Parts: sequence; C-alpha cells; structure tokens
Amino acid sequence: MPLGFITLLLVCQLAGEVIRLALDLPVPGPVIGMALLFGGLVIKGSVPDGLASASSGLLQHLALLFVPAGVGVITHIGLLQAEWRPVAAALVGSTLAAIVVTALVLHWLMPKSDGTK
Amino acid sequence: MTDTARDIWVYLSASPLAGLTFTLVAYQVGLWIHGKCKRHPLVNPVLIAVALLSTLLILTDTEYGTYFEGAQFVHFLLGPATVALAVPLYRQFAHVRRSAAALAVALVVGSLTAAGSAVGIAWLLDGSTALLVSLAPKSATAPIAMAIAEDMGGLPTLTAVLVMLTGIIGAAFGTGVLNLIRVHDPRVQGFALGLASHGIGTARAVQLGETAAAFSGLAMGLNGLATAVLLPLIATFLL
Repeated sequence: MPLGFITLLLVCQLAGEVIRLALDLPVPGPVIGMALLFGGLVIKGSVPDGLASASSGLLQHLALLFVPAGVGVITHIGLLQAEWRPVAAALVGSTLAAIVVTALVLHWLMPKSDGTK
Repeated sequence: MTDTARDIWVYLSASPLAGLTFTLVAYQVGLWIHGKCKRHPLVNPVLIAVALLSTLLILTDTEYGTYFEGAQFVHFLLGPATVALAVPLYRQFAHVRRSAAALAVALVVGSLTAAGSAVGIAWLLDGSTALLVSLAPKSATAPIAMAIAEDMGGLPTLTAVLVMLTGIIGAAFGTGVLNLIRVHDPRVQGFALGLASHGIGTARAVQLGETAAAFSGLAMGLNGLATAVLLPLIATFLL
C-alpha cells in the first residue's frame, strides 16, 4: 500500500472533520472526506493506481474493521434481552421492506433499452 | 506454575497487543469457517468473530474497555475506509450516469423506507428511545451509521451490532424476496441489496455477477451519504 495515498486518505478525513466543525454540519467527518475525494477524482478524471490499491486494500477487509465495535454487544446484552422483540421485528421488517421498495421503484423507472441480463 | 501463568495473563490482558491479536485471529477463524461452509450467507465471518471474542471476554471477565484499547487500532481504520469508498463510487458513477435520475429517486425512497420502517416498527413495539435512535441509520455502512448514531445521541456500539445483523438478514433473504416480486434485472437486484444491507449485501451481490456487484457497491456508498444527510435533517425537523 503506497504511503502517499494512505496519507491522502487521512488528509481528506482530517479536512472533513475540520469542515464539519467549522461549518457545524450534521454529516460525519469521514463522509465529508469521501465527498472531497470523490470531487477530486471527478476533476482529475481518473483514479491513480496507488490510490486504487490503497483503497482496495482497506475495503477488501471492511468487514474486519467492524469487529471491535460489534464486540460492544456485550455492553448492551441487558438492552437486547429486554427489547429483543422490537429489535428482531424492526431489523427483519425494515431490511426486507427496503429491498422490496427500492427494487420496485427502480424496476419501474430504470431505462430498459440496453438489454442487460 | 499457575501463578506464573496468571502473571502472564494479567500482563497480557492489560496490553493492547492481546486485544489486537485476538481480533485478527477471531476474524481469521470466521473467514475459515465461512469458507468451509461454501460462503453460505448465514455463516457470516463478522458474526463468528464477534461471538468468539464476546465469549472470551465474558469467560475471562475482561471489560470491553480493556479489550478496546487494543482493538481500537483496527476500529480507527473505519474512518480512512469511509473516505476510500470514494474510489468505487467514482468508478461505478461513470458506468451508471445514464440511469442517474432513476437511481436518485430509488435511493431517496429506499433510504427513507429503511430508516422509517425500522424506527416505526420498533416504536409500535414499545422500543426505547435509545433503541430507536440507534436503529435509524442501520442500513448505512458501519462507519457512517456509527458516526450518525453518535451525533444523534444513540449508542454507536449498539448501532454497529444492528448494522451487522441488517447486513446478514439482507444477504440471507434478499435474493429470495427479489425472486418473489419477480425482479430479475441484476442492476436492480444489486442496487436494492447494497442500499438495504451495505457491504454484507454487496458481498452477496458479487455472487450474482459483475453488474449486480457494481450497482450494489454504488448503492452502499450512495446510501451511506444519503443516510448521513437525510437523517440529521429529519431529526432536526422533528425534535
């Protein structure tokens, strides 16, 4: 992973945090950093190889990055035991509802001409 | 001998090395079991790693804070990883610019459905306020969802668990539901999976083919952004 592009990712994140604090925005700093980098790529018109490998290196193991926070479940065992009904119903119901609604809306609106199958 | 063993354990459990190493080892075990089960969507490597580590912490009577001192080095990378999502977003954006209007409408409607129905169902079943706030961003990818939950006064670690479960539910049952409503266009399938169940849904979409994978990755990035922008706005409006 090229160091220069790791640095670029951190600089974007830091800039995102600074913009968020300075303008008192309700959007998380890393998301603003993502928008900044996206804007930069649109202006540049291509993805440098080093940035592509730094990015895929991080995203390839995105699931791992999630484990430490997931273990935080042990601090919420009481809440989950007390509220397992709303938790289970809300997760299953809303996830399937989001899939169905998104798919139906897109199915109706999507241009059909290019015969993708 | 047992004294020596206990001394070693006391020393190790107080150093960040143990938390960090166990996190990576548990994830490797999760990946291995996932591979052994032919990558079945219900056998999720994150779920396995979290279950192993939680059991270990409870059995050894270790506090989450002590574990996190080591695990925070992994956790920290969520920030740069979110920024890195700009790359797949840019790549796929060039591919799908043609359907931009349809995707934008589906994104807003889908994002609001995911958050609204989760909060609505939990509210109907008398969920606590902490649960409702922590549920709202759960269809967004983990780093974004956790940051939103934190900003809105929810519990980020609870949100992380809810995000993970959302991903597993979408990956396990999503394709079955899409077949049921007779949606077979891989662009639509991918976009719906990525929007509702982020990276874990995208991993499932990869199995459906390249087109589904590209649209799923796009939907994951866009819904992260949409959730981050829409939820705080709605919250300011309602509260």
